[in-house]
Amino acid sequence: MKKQHFIFILGAVFLITVFVSGGYFYKKQQSEKQSQIVEENASSLVRDYSQTLGSDDAKVQIVEFFDPACETCKEFYTFVKDMMEANPGKIQLVMRYAPFHEGADYNVKILEAARKQGKYWETLEAMYAGQSTWASHDNPQPELVWQFLADIGLDMDQLRSDMDDPEIAIIIKQDLADAEALNVTKTPEFFVNGKPLPSFGYKQLEELVESEIQANY
Amino acid sequence: MDNNKGNHSQQGQVSGSNWAILFVCWLIVTAATLGSLFFSEIMNFPPCALCWYQRIFIYPLVIMIPMGLFPFDRSVIRYSLPLVIVGWGIAFYQNLLYYGIIPESLTPCSQGISCKEEYINILGILSIPMLSLIAFSIVTVLFVILSRRTST
Repeated sequence: MKKQHFIFILGAVFLITVFVSGGYFYKKQQSEKQSQIVEENASSLVRDYSQTLGSDDAKVQIVEFFDPACETCKEFYTFVKDMMEANPGKIQLVMRYAPFHEGADYNVKILEAARKQGKYWETLEAMYAGQSTWASHDNPQPELVWQFLADIGLDMDQLRSDMDDPEIAIIIKQDLADAEALNVTKTPEFFVNGKPLPSFGYKQLEELVESEIQANY
Repeated sequence: MDNNKGNHSQQGQVSGSNWAILFVCWLIVTAATLGSLFFSEIMNFPPCALCWYQRIFIYPLVIMIPMGLFPFDRSVIRYSLPLVIVGWGIAFYQNLLYYGIIPESLTPCSQGISCKEEYINILGILSIPMLSLIAFSIVTVLFVILSRRTST
């Protein structure tokens, strides 16, 4: 009986060890592969037209691929802003589009059109505030976003005509192409000074940003 | 041997190998469970609907079989075999779809993730649905053998 217990525990330990070490090596290999992809496609990280927040002289640059309809992007937006406030002048945020949700390119068009009126961040924040209404998972209705944009002081007629600017369509297309080149498959995806997160999470992003601040200041 | 559960008095060797067969069943279902979790949680392959149904029928065995191992209790076969057989049926069905024997239009999961999506292919034949079918088949056969060996 004792022997059977021993065999059973040995079997369990063996299977769990294979699982854990297999997972560890797989993740490690993936993250090395990702770093290499980013290195090879460094030019895809930032484009001249990309909207940025924070000083151009900041030595830590966070590139975020985001989707206005993505809840986690909304959560991280506040998180990144807090980090920037805690380290004034040291961090720059670059906004790249990865509108993977159905219909989300509509919201990107609104954002880019609002940018022409100098109201990019107000519009983004208002969009995020109403996200649960217009971006519900079972029934996304990007048109419902308008009610949340009423109080920002946007020229709505101008906005609606700017949305159809072919330049905006080109920006979205280029951002999506860059996302593909950088193997961005989920949003938000962050690159800090060209380095991908070792794994996804608040803590990982914070640690990477902090290590870059330490290295550059 | 008679039908009584926990009978390992007469021939220690026979009951020892019965225990070993059940233990091998446990190893297979646990490896299958961890393997499926590896695919979905570590490699991030989204599990299709049929995969979830197969999981439903194999995950409980990771807990149930040890109940029949300590102490050895043949009635665990009675509780486990129905799960294994239903799971085998679902695995068989998915393989028919996967290898194109039934047309895709019949799949219950045409929305979302296709049950025909190929994620891995070891040696040209071992797909994920095939691994599942193999696991369910071996466990079914072992349970049937064990059932015969422990009843008279």
